[in-house]
Amino acid sequence: MSLGIVMLVHTAFGRAEQVARHWAASGCPLVIHVDRAVPRKAYDAFVRSLSDLPDLRFAKRHRCEWGMWGLVAATQNASEIMLREFPEVRHVYLASGSCLPLRPVQELIDYLAARPHTDFIESATTADVPWTIGGLDQERFTLRFPFSWRKHRFLFDKYVALQRLVRLRRRMPNGILPHMGSQWWCLTRQTLSAILQDPERATYERYFSKVWIPDESYFQTLARQYSRQIESRSLTLSKFDYQGKPHIFYDDHLQLLRRSDCFVARKIWPHANRLYEAFLTDQAGAMKRTEPNPGKIDRIFAKAVERRTCGRPGLYMQSRFPVEGRENGLTCAPYSVFEGFSDLFENFESWLARMTAMRVHGHIFAPERVEFADGQTIMAGALSDSAALRDYNPRAFLASLIWNTRGERQCFQLGPKDMFQAVEWDIVKDPNAQISVISGAWAVPLFQSNANFADIRCEAARLQQIEAQHLKVLRSQWVRAKVRIWTMAEFIESPMEPLQAIIDEIGKANPRGLAEVPRMTDLTGFGQFLQVLKNQGMHPYLMGDFSAEAGLHHPSDGQRKPYLVR
Amino acid sequence: MGIWQSYRMRLRRKRAKVRAFRKHFSLRPVADRTGDIRPGDVLLFSTLRDEYVRLPYFLQYYRDLGIGHFLIVDNDSSDGGTDYLARQPDVSLWTTKASYKRARFGVDWLNWLQGRYGHGHWTLVVDPDEFFIYPFCDTRPIRALTDWLDSSAVRSFGAMLLDMYPKGRIDAAPYRAGQDPLEIAAWFDPGNYMIRKNRLYGNLWIQGGPRARVFFADNPKKAPALNKTPLVRWDRRYAYDSSTHMLLPRGLNLTYDEWGGERASGILLHAKFLDRFTAKAEEELIRRQHYAGSVEYRAYAAHARDNPELWCKWSEKYINWRQLEILGLMSKGNWA
Repeated sequence: MSLGIVMLVHTAFGRAEQVARHWAASGCPLVIHVDRAVPRKAYDAFVRSLSDLPDLRFAKRHRCEWGMWGLVAATQNASEIMLREFPEVRHVYLASGSCLPLRPVQELIDYLAARPHTDFIESATTADVPWTIGGLDQERFTLRFPFSWRKHRFLFDKYVALQRLVRLRRRMPNGILPHMGSQWWCLTRQTLSAILQDPERATYERYFSKVWIPDESYFQTLARQYSRQIESRSLTLSKFDYQGKPHIFYDDHLQLLRRSDCFVARKIWPHANRLYEAFLTDQAGAMKRTEPNPGKIDRIFAKAVERRTCGRPGLYMQSRFPVEGRENGLTCAPYSVFEGFSDLFENFESWLARMTAMRVHGHIFAPERVEFADGQTIMAGALSDSAALRDYNPRAFLASLIWNTRGERQCFQLGPKDMFQAVEWDIVKDPNAQISVISGAWAVPLFQSNANFADIRCEAARLQQIEAQHLKVLRSQWVRAKVRIWTMAEFIESPMEPLQAIIDEIGKANPRGLAEVPRMTDLTGFGQFLQVLKNQGMHPYLMGDFSAEAGLHHPSDGQRKPYLVR
Repeated sequence: MGIWQSYRMRLRRKRAKVRAFRKHFSLRPVADRTGDIRPGDVLLFSTLRDEYVRLPYFLQYYRDLGIGHFLIVDNDSSDGGTDYLARQPDVSLWTTKASYKRARFGVDWLNWLQGRYGHGHWTLVVDPDEFFIYPFCDTRPIRALTDWLDSSAVRSFGAMLLDMYPKGRIDAAPYRAGQDPLEIAAWFDPGNYMIRKNRLYGNLWIQGGPRARVFFADNPKKAPALNKTPLVRWDRRYAYDSSTHMLLPRGLNLTYDEWGGERASGILLHAKFLDRFTAKAEEELIRRQHYAGSVEYRAYAAHARDNPELWCKWSEKYINWRQLEILGLMSKGNWA
């Protein structure tokens, strides 16, 4: 009879009765407090259902609203009854109707008997813990909170703002240092009676009744005044989500709870029949416990909170649609964009695919269709190659492509002929993008084409304009992608060094350097071609300086392959 | 949102309520067991026509989830489904011969019934070919979800439509009454969805999936909307504005997070593409009772004649909700 239970109940009376009987069966006296908001009829029925238990008292009913004083008043009152009526009780355990004892009650009694002077109450100073939700940490002790946060949110907020404005402050009575922590504690008779019989109790009550969420600070602060030995942890397993509301346990948590090392868990869903059955009726079975692993519970709930607050980067879906700037990255994984390379090299895409483990697509923003790798018409995730579908929402298209191929780096070609304008800024602002540009390389296909020169001139002017605009974007101050730009003249001076650098950065290349080099297009006469364009009044400048004399940048066809000395 | 726009939305909501009132006169009760509804029951509302073959499995699926009562509007069925439904102990049935289209595709009827019987209950609005999936649905009844939503002060729960289809021709495998349609239509498109935000109503407009890929590849704007908010803690002031895609007041449409996090959401597995689909598409084309001049059914009928295969090599076979969660089609949010 050394352990007494104070139980706060406001709903699910069937379960509360079950748990109360469970405690009583092990000889623990109980004092139960029922919220005043519960209708008279339900209350009476509950009292009647438990009338056969001898060591059970009901406390005077208070109105218990979350975050308000009523909860503390109820606890005080019930604790007083407990201390008065059951003099042999040494530890008082505060529990709720939705708490479930995980280990045999006798184990808890033995555990406490071995520590007769220890108070188990989580209690930390506000400065040291980041627990509080909603920005009220120190202020919950220095401002007044007479309005309910649940019911009168507007008044609550306005009154806080007003007090901040006029810098209204409260002083701690008797210079105590406020502490806070879990509402569920287990205190010794000595400490609890010292708190309840303190001559200054009225002063503290006056103070704490206007504090925000006093049930998490009243006992936590005062226990520090009187306790001989505090163990600052709760014996009740209770996890809170990011809004400060407790996580609920269901049937499928059974294995998890078996691995907990806590004595009591909260909060249990009232219809979790398997849990109640396992822990209340089938004690022997429930206690066939595997190795305790409380960290697993922590991880699961921490992950849930993280998912709710940060989400999975690069995922756009029905319940995650971040506004601009809060995406945490447009895409979920790094990818590479090559501009001009496939114009300059004849076999660039197949070469790149051989050299790296990337999936190398063609121009996925080409006007006619999406040029997926290997000429596929449908890509991972059942993305269609229809240009109309892609252009309908190019952002979603790109994000989906990268999301659907998680685990495999993607790479695609881009050029001024493509329809990328709608996603240009998205790519440029995406830290996952690695963009490599050979400016002016779009002229090579024109140079090789068999079109009328007037058309070529026209097209060259158009492409140059588009690319110039694009380069401006790539050089803007909002760029977060990894951008490298070479003029074509610069690049062909020593093509392998930049290629090696890009591929090194991708990080999947052969460590001994590139075994094979891509074949460069024959540029004989390209300088001449540019000169003709100039002579026609269209100045191609993005490719850098090419001499008009043929053969200057003549790639030695078949004689000498460029290689890199490392 | 300015005052003027809020007022416009209010007028719209009122108009929906008035429409619901006007249209309810055409509903004739066949079996009214609404007296059996207990407080706290999750209620299912549906409107259907000639779906007898689907009903046995449909009812069983939702009974297993823990639906307390079914409230169904039968739009002039002629296949015997009416009698079948009327015999079920947990179904209240109304029938009407009025136009589905004029009742705004059934929304007016359901708005009325929800206002009348759904007030204070969690209500689930689904079609007979839609199967509601939510996080942990294999281990927790729907009541666990609604209790959790209640404790989180959330009033509505989104679930995207996920079109399911068979491998091979749509009409290859016949569907038998009582069979799980997902045995046949087991495949879906895992990652080709496009989302836009509707600034006026605040809801997300989701398109994509096999219907956009096959039937609307040239005209994606016309592709059907896939966003739905089927599960709502109903209040008599609420109204669906067009099908279950949009709700009023607008706050109910905010089932997504805009600050980078994920809210919990579910999926409606849409087993529309079974062997009866081709015949139904042609019939609906003649009835012309569907949205936007039945543009959807016109597109289906045109394609369905030559190549009714939606499956492709990147299609995924449905396993369970965890698979959908990993693919990013739905989310657990902070429910654990």
